[in-house]
Amino acid sequence: MSDQLKLYEVFVRSRRGLDHKHVGSLHADDPEQALEYARDVYTRRGEGVSLWVVAAGDITASQESDCDSFYDPLDDKPYRHAAMYDLPEGIDSL
Amino acid sequence: MTVHEAVKTYCLRLGDDALILGHRLSEWTSRAPFLEEDIALTNVALDFVGRARLFYQYAAELSGGDVTEDTFAYTRDVREFSNLLICELPRGDFAFTIVRQFLFDSLALLFMEKLKHSDDSRLAGIAAKAEKEATYHVRRGREWMLRLGDGTNESHARAQKAVNGLWGYTNEMFEVDALTATLIEAGIAVDTEALRAPWFESVSEVLTEATLAVPNTDWSVEGGRRGIHTDDLGFLLAELQFMQRAYPGLRW
Repeated sequence: MSDQLKLYEVFVRSRRGLDHKHVGSLHADDPEQALEYARDVYTRRGEGVSLWVVAAGDITASQESDCDSFYDPLDDKPYRHAAMYDLPEGIDSL
Repeated sequence: MTVHEAVKTYCLRLGDDALILGHRLSEWTSRAPFLEEDIALTNVALDFVGRARLFYQYAAELSGGDVTEDTFAYTRDVREFSNLLICELPRGDFAFTIVRQFLFDSLALLFMEKLKHSDDSRLAGIAAKAEKEATYHVRRGREWMLRLGDGTNESHARAQKAVNGLWGYTNEMFEVDALTATLIEAGIAVDTEALRAPWFESVSEVLTEATLAVPNTDWSVEGGRRGIHTDDLGFLLAELQFMQRAYPGLRW
């Protein structure tokens, strides 16, 4: 057992859900233990039927400073939204 | 003793094991080494208290009258409790708690797998639920055994000390007395003597993998099933039963 526990992010898929949703994080010594703690900490009240745990350090996240280059250029491209298109004959909605 | 009465006594034994061990685990709540383990230990404690309730509820039905599950938990004195001694030993350090759980849960899993097929459908139902919990408890226990045994020098030493100290209390888990023998004959109870070998095999396998020595001492103590307990059980009950003793019938 290492002196320092690692941080893991926890994802739970609910009984009716199709996707795993991020629910929080926890500390554990290894992925196996993280999975068991995720069961004990995040599924006590029947919240889910499937669990993912991911070492927080393995997640590459976009930064605040990326916003200008990542998201702002999308603001002036409304044609990418489905609302820009005329619906074909006989189709009420998409 | 009729079979009816024997089943009630059998339920109380299994209920007492679960309640007392569950209470010992609950003593870790807010005191575990870190938050996640605190929640995990408390979860297991709740599994045991839940297990105790199921056995007590059945025993209460068999008793009839005004008897409820609470009658068994809160109004019996030390000598009337029939839990195994291993369940009542003070919680000790973290290694002691983990080793005790591992030794007890390893048998509980084998036991519930058998009790699930009892001719008594109520006991079979309780066992089917407990088996699922026990499967998880053993999984958790095994991993902690490896972590502690094959961890630091200190964790290894503490785990080995706990194994050595607890070993003599495990013999009692397998003993079959006259009452149990009658119920085994009737297809109701589990023949724990027959579980001795498979338990030893699975436990020694994990101990060896965890670089811990399997004790070869032959001392053993027993008495729990007959109501002969250590001093520690009295103190445990004093805390567990305080509220109902001070305010009989109190509800919340």
